[in-house]
Amino acid sequence: MTVHLTHFSAAFVFALFASIVFGITHRETTRDMVRYGLYCFAMFMGGVLLAGWAMWLIRR
Amino acid sequence: MANQTTAKSKAAEPAQPIGTMSVIAPALGWLIPGAGHMIQKRWIRGVLLLVSIGTLFVLGLMMQGHIYKANGGDILDILGFIGDLGAGGLYITTLTMNWGQGAIAFAIADYGTKFMIVAGLLNFIAVADAYHIAIGKKQ
Repeated sequence: MTVHLTHFSAAFVFALFASIVFGITHRETTRDMVRYGLYCFAMFMGGVLLAGWAMWLIRR
Repeated sequence: MANQTTAKSKAAEPAQPIGTMSVIAPALGWLIPGAGHMIQKRWIRGVLLLVSIGTLFVLGLMMQGHIYKANGGDILDILGFIGDLGAGGLYITTLTMNWGQGAIAFAIADYGTKFMIVAGLLNFIAVADAYHIAIGKKQ
């Protein structure tokens, strides 16, 4: 069975699961874990979008 | 004076004893992602780790990613092997079943390879976290 993800969905899945693990392992309390996980997810996806637009600009 | 007394009492403190749990939890956590947390009754954290690391690894495999075997060649191949090895039981099962051996034919398959390496590296972090819980450094 083969899965074909788009570049964006692959980045989304990666960001989601990596953020969950970072949140759990890098903070002490549940509240801090959730906050840090959301922060990591936002940074991952923000980085993806920024890099995408940067590549689009370079290509033009 | 008080500072000296505090410093002396700190120096006199025995080193953190190595309990059974501080050996079992990391070992089990490496073999089954999240199990090191579950055995210490951190059920939700354990399940989240299992789902996150397990899904990343399995998705990588389903994207036709390549799994690295022990090798003494290119440095990137060696690092790939170390990353994959972190997934523990998932890695052993994959090797046993002879999965992930195909050539990388398209970009998404290369992403799959990276998914599996990152899953292993994330499991290394989870193992360290399980150890910190076992020795009482973290709640």
